[in-house]
Amino acid sequence: MQAVKLTDKVWWVGAIDWGLRDFHGYATSRGTTYNAYLILADKVTLVDTVKAPFKDEMMSRIASVVDPKKIDYIISNHAEMDHTGALPEVIDEIKPEKVFASKMGVDALNAHFHFDGEITSIQDGENLSLGNMNVTFYETRMLHWPDSMFSYLHEDGILFSQDGFGMHLASSERFDDELDVSLLKYEATKYFANILTPYSGLIPKLVEKLGKLDLSIKMLAPDHGPVWRENISKVIGWYSEWAEQKSSKKAVIFYDTMWQSTARMANSIADGITSAGAIAKVMPLHGSHRSDVATELLDAGAVIVGSPTINNQMFPTVADVLTYIKGLKFKNLIGAAFGSHGWSGEAVKLVHSQLSEMKVDMVADSMSVKYVPRDEDLEKCFSMGKILGGKLIK
Amino acid sequence: MDKWVCEVCGYIYDPAAGDPTNGVPAGTAFADIPDNWVCPECGVGKDQFSKA
Repeated sequence: MQAVKLTDKVWWVGAIDWGLRDFHGYATSRGTTYNAYLILADKVTLVDTVKAPFKDEMMSRIASVVDPKKIDYIISNHAEMDHTGALPEVIDEIKPEKVFASKMGVDALNAHFHFDGEITSIQDGENLSLGNMNVTFYETRMLHWPDSMFSYLHEDGILFSQDGFGMHLASSERFDDELDVSLLKYEATKYFANILTPYSGLIPKLVEKLGKLDLSIKMLAPDHGPVWRENISKVIGWYSEWAEQKSSKKAVIFYDTMWQSTARMANSIADGITSAGAIAKVMPLHGSHRSDVATELLDAGAVIVGSPTINNQMFPTVADVLTYIKGLKFKNLIGAAFGSHGWSGEAVKLVHSQLSEMKVDMVADSMSVKYVPRDEDLEKCFSMGKILGGKLIK
Repeated sequence: MDKWVCEVCGYIYDPAAGDPTNGVPAGTAFADIPDNWVCPECGVGKDQFSKA
């Protein structure tokens, strides 16, 4: 397989995972790429590797431009296995002079692959000479793992940003300007929502740090999806915007249903929201993936959650999504709980309490219905939606 | 003495235990930890902690 040229000295040598549909619980409907980059400097350097099953694809792309055994250095910007799974075998095969990672990266790689003193630790801001080229490392702790760092190749102005500014998108196009911007924005939003939201507080600091460093970034090369060369300032701007998690007039209603009662309540609430001039995004969980709910929540102002009661519990799909979005630590949301039950009716209280724990501002009373909603129950649901919608458009 | 929690990863600093492997003896109040100390779990700075 062929490498793709970024500059005279730098080549993309990653792998395309066209068929991936589930990335540890994140629905990757467009597949993904695992990006690795080859720098043909005096010291031939490989930046990151790929997921283990894609090692041969990466090696054949490397071999299309240089004998892999000529690689002197490997830089590991991120220890997660979609970028390091191939690393142990690659080290065995090509026997590089040195493998570099951040201090936390050395610990993480050792904990994954039980290496013994094979990885060289480098410091934040440290410079590495590749002979005729130079790389500087910048730690980006918890964006999104402790080990995460960026590597900047001065001569070509390429910032290798590991998962930062990445997206799950399999494509033969390697550059952002070859793809539709709204598609890029959607997949980058989804990536941010599902991977980076909990660390939103660190993003402004990163953007500030990048500004102060005053790097002349000509390419922003992440470990997933296309390389940015046209929309670099745009994607950095999106990150700043998403990190703020500003409220909006969009309400996300997610629910599951057994006999359509909770579904009918959801639709009436949505009607009420719309009547107030706000936007309702209705996501029945029998047809919506948790990672898509998270994507919608990133720029939402409200989360409204419905569950029937099943054997004294909330419905399992609702528990799944609540657990997932709790971990993502969404901010600045108002909300409410609703649902139908036959007897006991614990689910609505359980949902209410989980949303409260997530610091969602529960501005409307919960709405609970026995068995099947009557017209007056649906009117109450409509009113609930109207109250929530009214608060969103203020 | 108060416990402090890392807002980023959830690690809890307990003054009674300190963080001896990173040079903070047991019995050190959070305020007295050197400013260059980082969360032993995730590596972010002291400014990312809040009172537990």
